Amino acid sequence: MASTSATATASWDGGSSPMNASYGKLMMWFFLLSDAFTFSALLITYGLVRSSHAAYEGAVNAFSFSQTYWPVPEKVFEAVPFLHGMELPLVFVGIMTFILIMSSVTMVLAVEAGHRMDRVAVEKWMLWTILGGLTFLGCQAWEWSHFIHGTEAGGVLRDGTTFFGANLALNQYGPPDFAAFFFFITGFHGFHVFSGVCLNFLVYYNTVMGVYDRRGHYEMVEKVGLYWHFVDLVWVFVFTFFYLV
Amino acid sequence: MATTDIHVHSAVHGHDDHGHDHDHEHHEGNFWTKYIFSEDHKVIAKQFLITGIFWALLGGTLSVIFRLQLGFPDMNLDWLKPVLGGWITPEGKLDPEFYLALVTMHGTIMVFFVLTAGLSGTFSNFLIPLQIGARDMASGFMNMLSYWFFFVSSVIMFTSLFLQDGPAGGGWVIYPPLSALPQAIKGSGMGMTLWLVSMALFIVSSLLGGINYITTVINMRTKGMSFTRMPLTIWAFFFTAIIGLLSFPVLFSAALLLIFDRSFGTSFFLSDIYIAGEALPNVGGSPILFQHLFWFLGHPEVYIVLLPALGLSSEIIATNARKPIFGYKAMIGSMLFIGILSFIVWAHHMFVTGMNPFLGSIFMLLTLIIAVPSAVKIFNYVTTLWQGNIRFTPGMLFSIGLVSFFLTGGITGVFLGNSALDIQLHDTYFVVAHFHLVMGSASFFGMMAGVYHWFPKMFGRMMDERLGQIHFWITFIGVYLVFFPMHYIGIAGFPRRYYSWTNFETFSGFADLNMLVSIAAVATLAAQFIFLFNFFYSIFRGRVASANPWKSNTLEWTTPVNVGHGNWPGAIPNVYRWPYDYSKPGAKDDYIPQHIPFSETPESNLPGENEQIKLESSDGSISPDKH
Repeated sequence: MASTSATATASWDGGSSPMNASYGKLMMWFFLLSDAFTFSALLITYGLVRSSHAAYEGAVNAFSFSQTYWPVPEKVFEAVPFLHGMELPLVFVGIMTFILIMSSVTMVLAVEAGHRMDRVAVEKWMLWTILGGLTFLGCQAWEWSHFIHGTEAGGVLRDGTTFFGANLALNQYGPPDFAAFFFFITGFHGFHVFSGVCLNFLVYYNTVMGVYDRRGHYEMVEKVGLYWHFVDLVWVFVFTFFYLV
Repeated sequence: MATTDIHVHSAVHGHDDHGHDHDHEHHEGNFWTKYIFSEDHKVIAKQFLITGIFWALLGGTLSVIFRLQLGFPDMNLDWLKPVLGGWITPEGKLDPEFYLALVTMHGTIMVFFVLTAGLSGTFSNFLIPLQIGARDMASGFMNMLSYWFFFVSSVIMFTSLFLQDGPAGGGWVIYPPLSALPQAIKGSGMGMTLWLVSMALFIVSSLLGGINYITTVINMRTKGMSFTRMPLTIWAFFFTAIIGLLSFPVLFSAALLLIFDRSFGTSFFLSDIYIAGEALPNVGGSPILFQHLFWFLGHPEVYIVLLPALGLSSEIIATNARKPIFGYKAMIGSMLFIGILSFIVWAHHMFVTGMNPFLGSIFMLLTLIIAVPSAVKIFNYVTTLWQGNIRFTPGMLFSIGLVSFFLTGGITGVFLGNSALDIQLHDTYFVVAHFHLVMGSASFFGMMAGVYHWFPKMFGRMMDERLGQIHFWITFIGVYLVFFPMHYIGIAGFPRRYYSWTNFETFSGFADLNMLVSIAAVATLAAQFIFLFNFFYSIFRGRVASANPWKSNTLEWTTPVNVGHGNWPGAIPNVYRWPYDYSKPGAKDDYIPQHIPFSETPESNLPGENEQIKLESSDGSISPDKH
């Protein structure tokens, strides 16, 4: 028993990294696991509150904003910059999602370049990733701004007054919690993206300064890459639950 | 091959001899980097311990103040005015809202600041590197941040005690809408805001610590320290860290949402509320939702508090019974099983919230299953003690006390887990008695056991044994006198968190029991000063410890008496056996430390162990062909 188990599980017997990952990378994985629970809690809370509200049951074409039911997302998010007045459901958020996912692709290329110790390529792909992140944040800012200012017609609140746009307590689109959750969860995700951009910039800066060349490996790019992919993955869920469902 | 192994072994001991000179060489840096912003896991552990002791004293004092109100409702408390000021009414009574704040802060302080940070923070930090054979934690810097986030969180929580309106007063579970509406009670104002900020920082601290503990255990074990050779302490800290990593973020989400409800006008947890006849604008939220989120942390938190104590006591009981722990793998398995179950039983705190009774019966079933792994642990403790050569050191006494409380409090858990019985027992003193025994006192005793047992390793000196025994007996009897009567009061329906019960005819018959409880509480708190004296006196004046005063097997006792930076002056010892070779038949001594190879102990080896001698090589790797 002793010899077989010793050979079969030698890497778990101590004195080595059994998962062939540095402690830093393990830490990032465990942090992401933890962060996944944070987002899960928020999304489950959102799902439960939303399901306790009435859903819109009529025809999609006849939809109008009301405080009595949860709005149909594609009727809320249908604006695109410079195309005022046109109904383009989910086009803009689709572009945002595409940009964020593309920035994940460039991050993969940065990590791959890091494996090759190719500093110039790492710099290039990190820059594209940062640009993707910043563009996403810019788009989100525009979307929030549009959401906050509202449509020209506005919506009728429960007390009969007309309200334009949204804040944390009231909104023209539907029940108060609709906008509150929108702000909270996309904001929380946006904050993650912002942190990711900062980290990416830090890694970019260190790359330019030759820190990783001197260190002999580009593992920091990998670690930050893990975080960046996680943030993208979370966006897929946020996108699904806020815009598609 | 045997000679080379002996060489390795004696090399370790050889280093011990000149350990003193060595750690002086490495103790560079000034006071600030050595004691304040230290990245050394041992110093950080002591910082957590001292802060935890401070909080424990404060939390205990708060409880005695509200026990005075409960035990002696007619007492004139004017003599507390110099300390509590305006919180004593002109009639010499405790302010009712301050009573709520006291209960809240007592719970918060004890659960989070003492038994989470003070217990896990101290012993995970201190023991993980020492017992797995590592120089330090994976990231010393993050470890330092973990303490300082905890420190800032502590300062904020402490500051909230001095607010005009008092600290948070909505109970340690901070259920909205009470906690969400500043106009509800004084304790939902600034005090609650600071509570939430403090807890958010606390969660960051526990996350930084937990990630460190997990990666250290996975990556930093010395050669030969396979998972099945780890002491049960390390297993317990490992599970605790994982549970914390998965449950605290959910509280973090809930706290953030609550902050928005309180300060930014959202209605996540609020709906259809009238205050003073005025309807609030909030619609659509659900306060029950908060309870789900809270208890998704809250229940695992019970095991975050308890598991480290169980791990510490497993180690101490095996050492001082001079016997291998009974059912080593069953102990690990039961901790794992408890850890998994802890995530799927949270709604048993919510049986009477109007939850679907069918759902309640599912949670009841899952809850009652926890009795199985818990009973496995109890039986294993008892069978380890059975026919052992027991040494009643203070650490051992406190560990046995833990087993006693775990049993007494665990049995009432079976009552409370029953969703039908819970209708009567919910939010009564029966619940208070239950959790104070099974998680409060048991964990506290585990912490005390750990302090007494590892004090020689922490400070290089021994604590006074006689004072420790006196401390134990007063505390042990005191705890039972405090919490046993509460069962009777609770079965009668006496509700918890009530400021005054004298208006209820039904409960006036319990005045004498309440008085007994309060007197016992005062005595128990007073006994803790014996410990405080013993602790601080022994740091400076205690008897100088030997390197392995308890004749223990684990690796931390192979370090010099005053452990220096990096823990081992020379090479880190390799591990050849499990940590529980106590009283092995045929062995020269009644203990064989983990770093002694089987080749040195042919007289006591079991047949399978003789075969492992072939695998022991001079470089200490288990299978030479693999390394």
